Amino acid sequence: MKENISRRDFITVPAKGVSAAVIAALGASLIEPQTAQAATPETYLKVPLRFFTAKQAALIEAACERIMPADESGPGAKDAGVVIYIDRQLAGPYGHDKYRYTKPPFVQSVPEHGYQGKENPREIYQAGFAMLGDGFVSLTPEQQDAKLESIEHSMFFQMLRTHTIEGMFCDPLHGGNIGMAGWKMIGFPGPSMTWRNEIDKHYGEAFRPPPKSLVQLVGHPVKGMEDEPV
Amino acid sequence: MKTLKSVDVVIVGGGWTGLLMAKELATRTSLEILALERGPSRKPSDYIDGMDEVDYGIHNKMMQSPAVLTVTHRFSGRETAVPIRQYGSFKPGTGTGGAGEHGGGNADRYLPEFFTLRSHLLEKHGKLPEDSLVADWGFNWDDIENDLWRAEQLMGISGKAGNIRGKIIEGGNVYEGWRSHEFPTPPPKKNWAGVMFFKAATELGLKPYPQPSANISTDYTNPDGISRPGCAYCGYCSGYACMIGARPQPTNVLMPILRRHSNFKIRNGAAVRRVVHKDGRAIGVTYVDEQGEEIMQPASIVILSAWTTHNVRLLLLSKIGEPYDPATNKGLVGKNLTHQVITSAKAMIMLDEPINSFMNNSGLGFRISDYDGSFGIRPSDGILRGGCFSGGSQSAALPIGSFGRIPPGATPRNWGSKWKTESARLFDHVIGGCGFRGDHLPWRQNHMDLDPTYTDIFGDPLLRMTLDWTDHEQKQFDFAERVAMQLTESLARVSGGKLHKQGGPSRQPQLASPAPRRYNASSYNTTHIQGGAIMGSSPGASVLNPWMQHWQIPNLWMLGSCGFPENSSGNPTTTILGVTYRAADALIEKYLKHPAALA
Ligand SMILES: Cc1cc2nc3c(=O)[nH]c(=O)nc-3n(C[C@H](O)[C@H](O)[C@H](O)COP(=O)(O)OP(=O)(O)OC[C@H]3O[C@@H](n4cnc5c(N)ncnc54)[C@H](O)[C@@H]3O)c2cc1C
Ligand code: SF4
Repeated sequence: MKENISRRDFITVPAKGVSAAVIAALGASLIEPQTAQAATPETYLKVPLRFFTAKQAALIEAACERIMPADESGPGAKDAGVVIYIDRQLAGPYGHDKYRYTKPPFVQSVPEHGYQGKENPREIYQAGFAMLGDGFVSLTPEQQDAKLESIEHSMFFQMLRTHTIEGMFCDPLHGGNIGMAGWKMIGFPGPSMTWRNEIDKHYGEAFRPPPKSLVQLVGHPVKGMEDEPV
Repeated sequence: MKTLKSVDVVIVGGGWTGLLMAKELATRTSLEILALERGPSRKPSDYIDGMDEVDYGIHNKMMQSPAVLTVTHRFSGRETAVPIRQYGSFKPGTGTGGAGEHGGGNADRYLPEFFTLRSHLLEKHGKLPEDSLVADWGFNWDDIENDLWRAEQLMGISGKAGNIRGKIIEGGNVYEGWRSHEFPTPPPKKNWAGVMFFKAATELGLKPYPQPSANISTDYTNPDGISRPGCAYCGYCSGYACMIGARPQPTNVLMPILRRHSNFKIRNGAAVRRVVHKDGRAIGVTYVDEQGEEIMQPASIVILSAWTTHNVRLLLLSKIGEPYDPATNKGLVGKNLTHQVITSAKAMIMLDEPINSFMNNSGLGFRISDYDGSFGIRPSDGILRGGCFSGGSQSAALPIGSFGRIPPGATPRNWGSKWKTESARLFDHVIGGCGFRGDHLPWRQNHMDLDPTYTDIFGDPLLRMTLDWTDHEQKQFDFAERVAMQLTESLARVSGGKLHKQGGPSRQPQLASPAPRRYNASSYNTTHIQGGAIMGSSPGASVLNPWMQHWQIPNLWMLGSCGFPENSSGNPTTTILGVTYRAADALIEKYLKHPAALA
C-alpha cells in the first residue's frame, strides 16, 4: 500500500462549477483547454489522489457510477466527484479505523451489534478491487450491473454504496458533491444561518433557495476530519 | 504518580451536571473547585463551522470516540458480550459541556407519580411483577417542582403549560403535573409537518400540545443574566452544537459565569480512572493527563458527573459498593439499567408537495400524552406504563441520512438508476410513521458490570451492559404501534398523502437485518441510558440517598441519571438538572455545615 510517498497519481474532473475554495481545498490544479488539441473546450481539474492509484480510482469511479448513474433524474457519482470523497476518507483517520473500537478478540455476532470485523475500510476496499476485477471498467453497463449484483451482499459493496451516497450529498469541502450537483438534484439548500422568516411561509409548496456550501456561508476555509493526522 | 495540591471539590466530568453543580458551588461558596474533563475545551464560536453532516452526523465529531472507550453488550447473562465497535444505540458526549452541547432540546417533565412509582403501582395493582425492580426515588413531586422550574428557567424552555397550580389549560399538556409557572418562553414556530400532525391528532380526539423545547422560540435572558437568541430553524440540530447558541449548552449558559469566578478551574484532557477512598471517605481521584501521565488529585469532596455509564464504571473500577448480581438479586452497583422504549408505526406517507424539511429543529413538533403513564391504558393491553406519541419534527432531514427513504421494494435494487430516480423524486416528500417513546421499567435481568475480556486504552475493563426487551416492553411495542398506526392513518388523510404500510423508511443497507424487537445496539435509540447507581430512601436498597450523596461515603456525590431508578417517556435533561439543583442545595446548605451523611 502506498502512503505519503510523493504521489503522482491524479484524477481529472470537469472544473465547471467548482469554486476557488474547493479547488484550493482539493490541492487541485487547472488544466486549461489545449488550443492545440481542442478536442474538449472544457477546463479540467487535476486532483491529486491520496489513497487510490489512478487505476483504482477509475475502477471505483466506474462502480460508483452504476450505483448512482447520471440519468434523467440528474447527475451521477462521476459528475459529483464521489471518488474524490472516498479517496480522502480512506486516506484519513476514518480509513484507518480511528473512529472504531479495534481491540481483539474479534468475534462474529448478530446484526444488532453492528460491524464486528477486523478489517478497516482501506482493507475492505483492497479486497473490493479484486472482487470487481481489473476488467470492470471496460465492461458494458449491463455487465457491470451483473457484476455488482453478484457482490451485493459483501461488506465492500455495502460500504461502497454508503460512501457513494455520502460523496454525492456531502458538503463540497469533503471533495464530493462537486458544484453542489447532488444538492441541486434533490433541492437541498445546504447550511444556512437562518430559516426563521421562512419556516412557516411555505406550507404545501416547494421552497428551493439556491444551495450554499459551508465555506460560502462562513466565508473562511473549513477543514474536514479527513485532513486530521492519522 | 505525581500528587497535586488538594482542592476542596473535584468534579469528574465537565458536562451538564458537573458544570451546573460547579456554577452553584462557585457562586454560592468560596470553595476551590476543580472540574476534570477528559475531552477538549470548546467554545460557542467554534460551532459555526460545524454545520456539516459528514463530520458531525456520520463521524460523530462531538462525541466520545469508541476507539478510546466503548461498552460491551449482550442480551442475557448466558451470553458472552461483544464490544460496540461503532455507535450505536446511544452516543456519549465529550469535551467541555458534554452531551449537553449537542442534545436535541426536547425538554419534558416526568409525570408526578413517577418519583414514587413503586408506591403508585402497588397502590394501583396490589403487586408488582416478580422481576420488577421499580423503586421510589425518596422524594415526591411537590419536593422537586421548584427545582424543575429552576432548570427550565436556566434553559429558557419554550412551551405551553397545561396545568398551572391545578388550573387546567387547554392547548398545553393537560395531563402534566401541576407547575408553578407558565414556560419561560412561548412555543416555537410551526413547520408544515407539525401543522398536519396537530390536525391528525386532533381529529382522533387526542390532545396534542407543543413539544416543550430547549431550542428557544424567542430571545431570552435567564435569571443568571445570560441572554440567548431564538432558534433559527437551521436543521443542523441534534448531534450538532448550535451555531448561534439558541440551544442552552453548558458552554453558553454555565461557562460564562464560571469564567468570572476565580475559585473555579476546569482541566481538559484529564481522564479520571479511579476514585481513591479509604475507611469510608473519598480522598481524591487519579487521572491520566494529555501527556499520558498518571496524576493523583486529592480533594475534600468528590463529585462524579461523568454520565451514566462512566459514573457506574468508575464505582466498579474503584471497588466502591457491591456489584449487582441478578442471579441472587444481591449487590446494588449496576442494577436498574434502563434505556427508553422507542418505536414508530411501520408505515410511511408520501406527499405530492415537498415538506421543506431542511427548516426545522430537533425539538419541534407536537406531543401527545393521552397514553402517558397509565392514562388511556386498558387492562387488556397488559402493560403497566405507556408513553407519548409525537410528530412534526423532521430532525433526520439532512441529505445523506435521508436520501433513499422510499417504500421498501419500490425498486428492484437499492442502487442503480431506478432507485436513484425514485429516491430523488421522494426526497423531502416522505413522513415516517408516527413515533412513540415510552417508560422503560427496570427488570432484574438488565444490569451493568465490568466486562471480563475487553478493555479501554488504559487497559481498564469496559462496562458491560446486559440488556434486552422483556415481555412487558414487547406489549408496549404492540400497544404503541397500534396507536401510532391510527395516528399515521389520520395523518395520511389530513395530508392527502399516500400511505404505505409495512417497513419503515429504508435507509442504511444492512448485511443482515436485525431481529425485530430485540434490543438493537447498532442503531440509534436515544442517549438516555439510566440507572446503575440509583437513589432511594434506604441504604440497603440504593447506592445514593435522595440528595445524590453516596450512602456509605458521605463526601462522594453523584449526579445525573445513573441515579434514576426507572426511565420515563419524557426526555431526561430537565429532571437531571432539577435533581442537580436539589443536590447542590443539600450539599451547600446541609453538608457543608455538617459534613456527614444527610439522611
Ligand atoms: C445526540 C443527543 C441528543 C440528545 N437529546 C436530548 C433531548 O432532546 N432531550 C434531553 O432531555 N436530553 C437529550 N440528550 C441527553 C443529554 O445530553 C444528557 O441528558 C445530559 O447531557 C446529561 O448530562 P451529564 O452531565 O450527565 O452528562 P454529559 O453532559 O455528557 O457530561 C459528562 C461529561 O463527563 C466527561 N467524562 C466522562 N468520563 C470521564 C472521565 N473518566 N474523566 C473525565 N471526564 C469524563 C465527558 O467527557 C462529558 O463531558 C441527548 C444526548 C445526545 C448525545
Ligand atoms: S435548529 Fe435552532 S437550536 Fe437547533 S442548531 Fe439550529 S438554530 Fe440552534
